[in-house]
Amino acid sequence: MMHYMILFSRQGKLRLQKWYVAYPDKVKKKITRELVTMILSRKPKMCAFLEYKDMKVVYKRYASLYFCCAIDQSDNELLCLEIIHRYVELLDKYFGSVCELDIIFNFEKAYFILDEFLLAGEVQETSKKQVLKAISAQDLLQEEETIQGFFEDNGLG
Amino acid sequence: MEAVNLLSSNKYTEKQIGYLFISVLINLNSDLIKLIIQSIKNDIQSRNPVHVNLALQCIANIGSRDMCEAFADDLPKLLTSGDTVDSVKQSAALCLLKLFRTSNDVISPNETASRIVHLLNDSHLGVVTAAVSLIEALSKKWPEEFKGCVSLAISRLSRIVTSTYTDLQDYTYYFVPAPWLCVKLLRLLQNYPPPEDPANKTRLLECLDGILNKAQDAPKSKKVQHANAKNAVLFEAISLIIHMDSEPNLLVRACNQLGTFLSHRETNLRYLALESMCLLATSEFSHEAVKKHQETIINSLKTERDVSVRQRAIDLLYAMCDRTNAENIVAEMLTYLETADYSIREEMVLKVAILAEKYATDYTWYVDVILKLIRIAGDYVSEEVWYRVIQIVVNREDVQGYASKTVFEALQRPACHENMVKVGGYILGEFGNLIAGDQRSSPQIQFDLLHSKYHLCSVSTRCLLLSTYVKFCNLFPEIKGHIQQVFSADHNLKNPDAELQQRAVEYLQLSKIASPDVLATILEEMPQFPEKESSLLSKFKKTKPQVEEIENQVAEKKQRPQAVMRDLSQTGSITGKIIDLDDTVTTNGSSNSGIIDIFGTGAQNGTAPADNMQEVLKLMLKPNGILFEDPIIQIGCKLETRSNLARLGMFYGNKTNAAFDNFAVAVNCPTQLTDQLVVQAKPVDPSVQGGAQVQQLINFVCLQEFTEQPVIQVSFNYTNTNGTQQSFSRLLYLPIFINKFFEPTDMAAEQFFSRWKQLNQANQESQNVFAAKFPLDNDAIKNKLMGLGSKLLENVDPNPENFVCAGIIHTQALQIGTLIRLEPNRQAKMYRLTVRSNREMAAKTLCALLAEQF
Repeated sequence: MMHYMILFSRQGKLRLQKWYVAYPDKVKKKITRELVTMILSRKPKMCAFLEYKDMKVVYKRYASLYFCCAIDQSDNELLCLEIIHRYVELLDKYFGSVCELDIIFNFEKAYFILDEFLLAGEVQETSKKQVLKAISAQDLLQEEETIQGFFEDNGLG
Repeated sequence: MEAVNLLSSNKYTEKQIGYLFISVLINLNSDLIKLIIQSIKNDIQSRNPVHVNLALQCIANIGSRDMCEAFADDLPKLLTSGDTVDSVKQSAALCLLKLFRTSNDVISPNETASRIVHLLNDSHLGVVTAAVSLIEALSKKWPEEFKGCVSLAISRLSRIVTSTYTDLQDYTYYFVPAPWLCVKLLRLLQNYPPPEDPANKTRLLECLDGILNKAQDAPKSKKVQHANAKNAVLFEAISLIIHMDSEPNLLVRACNQLGTFLSHRETNLRYLALESMCLLATSEFSHEAVKKHQETIINSLKTERDVSVRQRAIDLLYAMCDRTNAENIVAEMLTYLETADYSIREEMVLKVAILAEKYATDYTWYVDVILKLIRIAGDYVSEEVWYRVIQIVVNREDVQGYASKTVFEALQRPACHENMVKVGGYILGEFGNLIAGDQRSSPQIQFDLLHSKYHLCSVSTRCLLLSTYVKFCNLFPEIKGHIQQVFSADHNLKNPDAELQQRAVEYLQLSKIASPDVLATILEEMPQFPEKESSLLSKFKKTKPQVEEIENQVAEKKQRPQAVMRDLSQTGSITGKIIDLDDTVTTNGSSNSGIIDIFGTGAQNGTAPADNMQEVLKLMLKPNGILFEDPIIQIGCKLETRSNLARLGMFYGNKTNAAFDNFAVAVNCPTQLTDQLVVQAKPVDPSVQGGAQVQQLINFVCLQEFTEQPVIQVSFNYTNTNGTQQSFSRLLYLPIFINKFFEPTDMAAEQFFSRWKQLNQANQESQNVFAAKFPLDNDAIKNKLMGLGSKLLENVDPNPENFVCAGIIHTQALQIGTLIRLEPNRQAKMYRLTVRSNREMAAKTLCALLAEQF
């Protein structure tokens, strides 16, 4: 089970954080800080797996963003790397050649995609098509609503 | 608040944002939770699957206890009903998983178990993926109910593994079919033992074979993702093989596969290979295969740049160490230790110490290793390590001389770590005489050497050195003068540290006052330390709890708690527990057998009727004792009396490992007794834990004199050694006799005899002549008479062989004065017992009872 996933830039700024286990705020901040420092200090050729507080931490760097997940001791690390990769692929397909700016400006979409892909710390749906289908259905609903709903709200239905 | 309003809107965007806000930012204790739960409930029942999904995602993200209670019923229905959309099903499955993790009682397994297991057969792989995660968690808690999933999982797995990459279009990831699903299924199978059913078993083995084969094939794509996915499935399959631990050829194949990974270009693979090999090393089949790779592993230890990989290599070396390669491995670890990272040094030190001790054939080698350890990484050598080496040196005579010599040489080096000084000080103090013959290590030189380090050490080391010096006083009287000078030095005698000062003062006095013999006795060599579990191992286990599985022996298992009967023959105060369930590892052989002798054989082969009269009679003269014992339960009692009140403490000890159920105790008095004795028993807990002892108090009030004993019925259900439930029901007599209400009265001879003549009527006297059952030992007789409760009067009877006692039996109605006279006839080995009292029944009863006792 994944305990949390955080995304941060090379300067150590947090871009996205998703917690699948409830921690108090202070603990969250502490974890984030420690992980960021640990990972940023690692050299490129080093192993992608760390041990941190009786959990395994798997990280991968894509351009200027680090994707970092914490999983149970019994989980498969290589698979977690692939989870990260799959998530990046989803973002790529959705945003079309995704970059860090896309995530910064459309963070809610990133969360939605993550929710469709992972739930409760486990992989929910591995097929790219299905996830993207669900997201585009959501988007469609949004589009309909904004145009139609605007008129309806003002009594001009 | 705004967010909650958004939730209830019908517009999708607003709903979405509302949920997002709540998932990310809500505080669980907020009062808005109720409102939120209400909105979520509405959404779940909505027709629109998108809304339902949103709601489910929110529940999964937050998953608090309130939500558990609110949604516990809805979710399983949603999951297993026929008309939910697939996407909703998969969200519902994971949502349920999250709630289950929060609080285990959200699902009752019975009804929904089979339906959930059937989800494994669903055509939509997304649903299957989600369902497998749920089943995996549930099957950990209720393995029995979810057993059906094993065969389904295996068939699903085989279908995936054997499929070509065009079949599962969407779920194929870089030419690997459904890797996540495969891994999840393999993980699920690890929750269960290998299938016994032959069809399933062969299918599973084929699958695993297939996976291993695929690993050998050329990669279909150059991308690292393909390799990663393929290897992910491979590693999980290897974990399953290790878990099953039943197929030697698979294990060996897995081992070889991992071996090739050990020298792979990718660091990740090397790391994982080392980790998996650690687990393989513990399995008996593959242990040999792992050792073949020893060279590679040692190389990687030396040449790896990544510290985490080196760490894994150390773990693996530790796991695969056995007698044949121990020396080699320990030597390698020591060389590595010199350049190791500071963060792992302490752990490495512990490991080296444990390995050296475990596999030491020659204890000189062990001493060498430890001393080298102290030299290289002195700071990280924790206390346990050098305690252990001293324990071993003290326990083994053959190595003492060698240890002294080595320590002496080590101390001569210019840079000497403080731990070395401690060890050296202790060893020289104990065994310095063994090397004193040699000119180079004469006593004076030894002392000078140690003293040169004295001022550089911390207070605790100095304390230890002071002890060593006083031992030197004993071993080498010729340098006593020097040592005394050291003791009387100001900075010792007036040192601010209390311990140091105390030692200096006391040792100084000791060396001045005590004669050589006394000194020799005081400062004799330390006796051998008792062999206990190595404290190193316990410390090691504390730091690395998961390595405990890898430790395959050494730790002695605690035996089942043995009920040890300690006979506290305290005649005065009757306080304190008499029966302690002793939890130590000692067997109670000798002590138990002795006690059994006193109380007769404890074997009870009677069934319903109360037949423990023998034991009870023994308890007539003793306040405490065992009433009944068999392999299942031990019942003991302890009696206190005061005038006509008695309190009996009953102790029930559960000797099995499982708990007793329906434990009930009922006290009955035969009809006549009810008028004479009032019984009041305190209630007892219906469940008694395995190995535990419960106490029950029973109060008695003596109304009149009585002859019979109250009976207690003990009944409960227990689990016997086969694991079956059985019931136990026994009737036992309680040791409540008339003499328990005795109060001893002292009287002089004339008083006694005048009383005696007063009670000369026929119905006031009861006499019995009987053969002696036990040897006629005066002391034994005296003890028994004193245990009776009456006062044994000395020098009253003109015949010194006879015994007389006097006492008053307290009842509520009246006091009964009683006089007893016991005349033994040694030649004929018979007794004449006369009891006189002003109540006929009392006299008769006592006479009859006493006749059994002698």
